[in-house]
Amino acid sequence: MTQKNRIATGGQIDRSRTHSFTFDGVTYRGHPGDTLASALLANGVRLMGRSFKYHRPRGPLTAGSEEPNALVELRDGARQEPNTRATTTELFDGLFAKSQNRLGSLKFDLLSINDRLSNFLTAGFYYKTFMWPAAFWEKLYEPLIRHAAGLGSLSLKDDPDVYDKGFLHCDLLIVGAGPAGLAAALTAGRAGVDVILADEDFRMGGRLNSETFSLGDASGADWANGVVAELESLPNVRLMARTTVIGVFDHGIYGAVERVSDHVHTPDAGKPRQILWRIYTKRTVLAAGATERPIAVENNDRPGIMLASAIRTYANRFSVAADKRVAIFTNNDDGHRTAADLHAKGIKIAAVIDVRPDAPKSTNYEVIEGQVIDTKGRLGLTSIEVKLTSGSTRRLDCGALGMSGGWNPNVHLTCHQRGRPVWNEALAAFVPGDHLPAGMTVAGAASGEMSTAGALRSGAHSAMSALDLKGDIPSFPKAEDAPVNLKPFWYVEGCSRAWLDQQNDVTVKDVKLSHQEGFRSVEHLKRYTTLGMATDQGKTSNMGGLAIMAELAGKTIPEVGTTIFRPPYTPTAIGVFGGRHRGQDFHPKRLTPSHHWAKEQGAVFVEVGNWLRAQWFPRAGETTWRQSVDREVLATRGSVGVCDVTTLGKVDVQGTDAAEFLNKIYCNAFAKLEVGKTRYGLMLREDGIAKDDGTAARLAEDHFVVTTTTANALPVYRHMEFVRQCLFPDMDVQLISTTEAWAQYSVAGPNSRRVLEKIVDQDISNEAFPFMACANITVCGGLRARLFRISFSGELAYEIAVPTAYGDALIRKIMEAGAEYDITPYGTEALGVMRIEKGHAAGNELNGTTTAQNLGMGRMVSKKKDSIGSILSEREGLNRDDDLRQVGIKPVDLKASVPAGSHLMSLTGPVDAAHDQGYVTSACYSPCLGHAIALGFLKNGSERMGERMRLVSPLTKVETEVEIVSPHFIDPEGERLRA
Amino acid sequence: MIIEHPLLGPRDAAEFTYLGDARLIDRPDWQSENAAQEFFEYGYLRDNPAGWHQELWFHEAGDRSWLVVTRNTLTHEISKVELARDVARSRGRSK
Repeated sequence: MTQKNRIATGGQIDRSRTHSFTFDGVTYRGHPGDTLASALLANGVRLMGRSFKYHRPRGPLTAGSEEPNALVELRDGARQEPNTRATTTELFDGLFAKSQNRLGSLKFDLLSINDRLSNFLTAGFYYKTFMWPAAFWEKLYEPLIRHAAGLGSLSLKDDPDVYDKGFLHCDLLIVGAGPAGLAAALTAGRAGVDVILADEDFRMGGRLNSETFSLGDASGADWANGVVAELESLPNVRLMARTTVIGVFDHGIYGAVERVSDHVHTPDAGKPRQILWRIYTKRTVLAAGATERPIAVENNDRPGIMLASAIRTYANRFSVAADKRVAIFTNNDDGHRTAADLHAKGIKIAAVIDVRPDAPKSTNYEVIEGQVIDTKGRLGLTSIEVKLTSGSTRRLDCGALGMSGGWNPNVHLTCHQRGRPVWNEALAAFVPGDHLPAGMTVAGAASGEMSTAGALRSGAHSAMSALDLKGDIPSFPKAEDAPVNLKPFWYVEGCSRAWLDQQNDVTVKDVKLSHQEGFRSVEHLKRYTTLGMATDQGKTSNMGGLAIMAELAGKTIPEVGTTIFRPPYTPTAIGVFGGRHRGQDFHPKRLTPSHHWAKEQGAVFVEVGNWLRAQWFPRAGETTWRQSVDREVLATRGSVGVCDVTTLGKVDVQGTDAAEFLNKIYCNAFAKLEVGKTRYGLMLREDGIAKDDGTAARLAEDHFVVTTTTANALPVYRHMEFVRQCLFPDMDVQLISTTEAWAQYSVAGPNSRRVLEKIVDQDISNEAFPFMACANITVCGGLRARLFRISFSGELAYEIAVPTAYGDALIRKIMEAGAEYDITPYGTEALGVMRIEKGHAAGNELNGTTTAQNLGMGRMVSKKKDSIGSILSEREGLNRDDDLRQVGIKPVDLKASVPAGSHLMSLTGPVDAAHDQGYVTSACYSPCLGHAIALGFLKNGSERMGERMRLVSPLTKVETEVEIVSPHFIDPEGERLRA
Repeated sequence: MIIEHPLLGPRDAAEFTYLGDARLIDRPDWQSENAAQEFFEYGYLRDNPAGWHQELWFHEAGDRSWLVVTRNTLTHEISKVELARDVARSRGRSK
């Protein structure tokens, strides 16, 4: 393949090197400095995609990030990326791309039938076509729409690349490195302040790279090169090419995406594909330039029809002729520049069609006063039809048509903090309003300064005023300073299938239809027609839609108003927002002190909060989890078991007011707890609902250790600090979380004391260390440790804690000491079974809806003191006689199960929500009792022991007869605890 | 957002956890005659101003200070940041 449309000389491409690339299976050649679009155009390929709805053949409309049409699937395999704009994709050797949104080949897309059905696919067709019959929705319409909708496809493979996040700080952020941005950077850079200059392009210079203007004696591109070289030499200036500032956030924070590796075949070792930068800046100069807008003409979406400025960019910057014969349709002087530049490169100008009677004339090509009224060419433009002002029509052969309807300042970032742009009559465009994000000034074309000289001046002035610099602005070479001459012209009278929004296939007819159907607000128009709702956010389409709407409503454009813009400025990969937080790094993984030991034992782990806890420890021959769990429970109750309970939250509470503080946070009393004793504590929320429970051990007069449930460790600590700092600011009490400072094991079972006596240095006989005792002790001949005689399992049990670094050693020591009693490690499942057997409430019961009364602990709420939640816990609604009470549940047929989540109904009454009596919160198989058991809540449950009820779950087809029993299935008197 | 911590200087909002209206500091007296009504209002009634709002933020990934941040809910402008403990004392919560 030859680059048949490549102009012989010029351009900012490196002709000494050649890149080979593939599009839709055909190999082509281009040069460094090309984009995928410019390289394809150079090779004579202008059909690059199919449109979203009608599957019309499309080529690039633009040469930049505002591109609606030329979206491709870039790369292959796991790195395949859909909806990539060919107009900004930097060419590299080996680039592989495919067209998308087609069935069959790009030239013979079977779905182009939609174009013939366009009468049925007009504005609001979603709302009209698929409404009935309702039964068709799930089976027919939705699968049909899902199949046809969307553009590119995902690889469905893991992205092998890394995305990163970073933080930057500066005095001045400059967005855009065109003439205004470069002038601002030069001014600020020379003043010595910290500057970041970011530009989405891979080459800085903005429009200077696309124009033939000179600055003094140099070409615009050469001048830009010189400025970039000076800025690179300044240590206080950071130049960030390939970096799009995507959003403006509160307090001077900007989001920017740097495409580090998108321009190479595969990222270099250790390099991310993209980086999401969070830039903290004191001031910002927005120099984002302007975007040309097309004119709505019948069939204005054929490949070959582009923005006039894009044709100019392809010719001047990339040295590519859009075609041998090019026509221009314009309402302003800028369109004539394209004709002049192309003519100078030897490209034939079919004509310049200008809607203005006073259009500039040329001796080099014909200038026609009139309008383009239609176009021809199935897969690309072949001719246009022109209606002269005089009334006659002419057909002009041409392979490319440049449209110039004026320029819209890129005000997007000025809107991210709710700023509204204002109408500028001279430009017939919206420009930034007065309400800008704090610290932002706007310069150059983005502010409506459309000339090069104006951009340089306003860029320098913006930097001076942003930084409060005194003196003169730097002197700049003489540059083009032409005024904007424009006659507002949006669409050709009588056109209907004239595209406004090419990405979402919205035509002039759609906007008229939506007006006719009563959608008068610009926000409604947008949502009904989907105008401007595609990934390009309507950069080339919104203005045309607004203008037509205004005309239909008999209003001016500023009266109709405009929608505003949201981040991100351009489509952004989800991957870069995730950064490194994906897969196993989605959140931190916390390992318990016994983790490595448990892994050696072959434990199965479960994620609890961010912790990995051993769930059970399978042994040879055990084929189901139940076998392991049953064995662990029976072994613990029969002799002794050990379990890592480090994950429970631990808070050290110290100070002379420590006991008084606990009195505030727990509903039960703590002031009189003796030193050396532990007490169960129930914490309420201020509204009287149970918040969390745990134990508080008094190690000294002014020192308690409080435990929380694993899941609530963080919120409970936060709450305790709230109570301390905000409610009782003068209490003498200090808090610190020590969850990770201590490794803690529960040693439970009738032989637990015998095991621990071999490790603990002190006397722990029943007399010396009774139930609920606690103490600072030593183990193994001197290591400091803490011992608590508390039990979750209901057995004689201890929790022993050592500094975390000794956690691994301690579990091995306990196993060694317990060997003679066949000590059995148990996991969270066995822990759960034993606490259900004992009737202890846990997270399932403390579920954010239950009170102390519900839990059977109503009498614990002390009325003699002030504690969080005590007043509101007395509310009438929380103290009804028929309130839910915690009960035990067992099946009448002992082989049946009692699944959690099922509801309790009377034996004979109806089964519906109105007759609901209660529900099951926790259920398990009890190996000690040999049948299923459960805990649950039942209306007035404590008075209903022995009653038979129906347990139902209509959804899972459960219906079992059960008996209501005490929640304490084993050792209700607590003799084992005190043994 | 950036919160100007009175002890630590400007900190990113990502380091903080938000609670809500700083009136939560004004917990009623449990022995007041109208305690039930006062606690009800304390627990459930909030102004929802479009404009300046005093609110509680917790420096969870920092020094664990509770702060009272005066923030404009329309613009996110922050005019004042105080230690909640100082605010509590100034509102008579010293024992």
